[in-house]
Amino acid sequence: MSAFSVTEPSKRAKGVAATLVIFYAIVTMIPLAWIFITGFKSPADAIAYPPKVVFQPTLEGYVNLFTTRTRQTQEFLDANPPENWAEEIVRQYDMVIVGPSKFGERFLNSVIIGFGSTFLSVFLGTLAAYAFSRFKIPLADDLLFFILSTRMMPPIAVAIPIFLMYRELGLSDTHLGMILLYTAVNISLAVWLLKGFIDEIPREYEEAALIDGYTRFQAFYKVVLPQAATGIASTAIFCLIFAWNEYAFAVLLTSATAQTAPPFIPTIIGIGGLDWPAVAAGATLFLLPVMIFTILLRRHLLRGITFGAVRK
Amino acid sequence: MAEVRLEGVSKAFGKTNAVSEIELTVPDGAFVVLLGPTGAGKTTTLRLIAGLEKCDAGSIHIGERQVNDETPAQRDVAMVFQQYSLYPHLTVRDNLAFPLRSPILKTPPDEIERKVREVAEVLRIPEKLDNKATELSGGEMQRVSIGRALVRDPAIYLMDEPLSSLDAKLRAELRIELKRIHDELAATLLYVTHDQIEAMTMASHVGVLDHGRLVQFGTPRDIYENPRTAYVAARLGQPRINLLPADVFAGAPSGAHTIGLRPEHVEQGKGEEATVSRVEHLGDQTRLHLDYRGHALTTLTDAHTPLQRGETILIRSRQALYFDADGNRLT
Repeated sequence: MSAFSVTEPSKRAKGVAATLVIFYAIVTMIPLAWIFITGFKSPADAIAYPPKVVFQPTLEGYVNLFTTRTRQTQEFLDANPPENWAEEIVRQYDMVIVGPSKFGERFLNSVIIGFGSTFLSVFLGTLAAYAFSRFKIPLADDLLFFILSTRMMPPIAVAIPIFLMYRELGLSDTHLGMILLYTAVNISLAVWLLKGFIDEIPREYEEAALIDGYTRFQAFYKVVLPQAATGIASTAIFCLIFAWNEYAFAVLLTSATAQTAPPFIPTIIGIGGLDWPAVAAGATLFLLPVMIFTILLRRHLLRGITFGAVRK
Repeated sequence: MAEVRLEGVSKAFGKTNAVSEIELTVPDGAFVVLLGPTGAGKTTTLRLIAGLEKCDAGSIHIGERQVNDETPAQRDVAMVFQQYSLYPHLTVRDNLAFPLRSPILKTPPDEIERKVREVAEVLRIPEKLDNKATELSGGEMQRVSIGRALVRDPAIYLMDEPLSSLDAKLRAELRIELKRIHDELAATLLYVTHDQIEAMTMASHVGVLDHGRLVQFGTPRDIYENPRTAYVAARLGQPRINLLPADVFAGAPSGAHTIGLRPEHVEQGKGEEATVSRVEHLGDQTRLHLDYRGHALTTLTDAHTPLQRGETILIRSRQALYFDADGNRLT
């Protein structure tokens, strides 16, 4: 008998575990919940002290996030009555909506760059990991170490060289430039994670497929890929979270055309300072894609994190 | 179906010779069993024929073709692996249909359906066709992976210890099943095992491998009765052959180093004294472990023998096999 029991834990142990998990969940959820409710506050409520938990909800933050507005004279306002609910909200500050803000565009940039680099990292990472896992590659260990070494310093340490290189190559402020940059950072993670997953897939599957009349590449996508789905999904989540949230390079390398949402959101200026409800509204919307992506792949993720750590 | 011929085939992994200069012909329609302990080169031989390994020297022929440079797909062989061979993300039906759907065979869908049904009937798993491969028991899984070979009509079936991971009852069942399938299909089969019962019951020919060399090839009877070396003699027979110094029994020819006595060749009631050290009742037979001049010796006796530990009986040898100092057969 070992000292560790592998039997069902007692009711009390389960209760303690559940309490701890719930407590931890609440602690991590509070900032998110606070961002979410701030998005529905008026600017005055958002900066009120002591902080308001009960307040009159308004869509002002969301309207400000998506629009640009100008102050108008009383005659103009009287001559043009508000046409919809959004106009009515901005009228209380004697303003009219003159057009959409840049948020939509920035958000779209984030989607293109985030998902684009995630796809590229996982695609290249899977092929590289498969090669490292299955073929005899000269200096394989050194190559793997070299790939990992790109993560041995903070990426921002190479910010200046990259800034200069991108300027020379014409990649500054382009979608392609940002996709390549995030892919370069993520690829080492992707190769290492995926190699672990593919190592766990018995070779016999592919060998069976080879004998069953398939080529190496057909065996790869018909047999190995479905088996690696879990690993690919969890790798994709990690890559997306990095690319989606990246701030420093986005500030440095993007401006008018390829700017992503993270550097844009804090620059939303309201009347007399930062428009916190609009910032919070932007942050809320910004969280959604990663959340949805993670929930969709959650089934894989949970298995993915424990996979490889457990010997069968 | 076709004849498969290996001519001087060698394969080394690093400095280890897995297979050395093997000469082997698997006749068309034969059931050949390769026998040998772990590391003897059985699986490597199969993998060389399948094309999963490339041989360092020699040539492999399937039918009229020299296949050294062909891919596994081009060689037209079917293989059953020891384990892990079902595609876990597919249903039983899709597993069985997988080889038929390959770009090489491109079977029409209605024929796939017909063949899959047929094989499922043979292996008695028709009601499992829509199960995921992972929802099967070990025995069912192995039957499906045998089925995945049977849906095809390849030049040769290669089987790598297909029954070793199963329990005894299932193993016995599938052994009979495989033999029946072989008789019905008149298929050429090369089967690897370390289980001598599988070799004795199913094989038309047995090849015995020792450290990558084929030491003897023949019918099971021939190999049992006329082993060329002491090593081969020890591979077949349960309980194993008794190998003792040649001089403990009278009548050894000159140059004999070892005497090989199968349990049934120890005659009781006459000869010299031996002490019973243990009596093993197995139900249908009883094994007698004897101490004869300081050497352990096993023989069979009547199932209801009254003999007890410590008693003394008389034994003598009959039809003994003699081997020289290198283990080679003398007479």
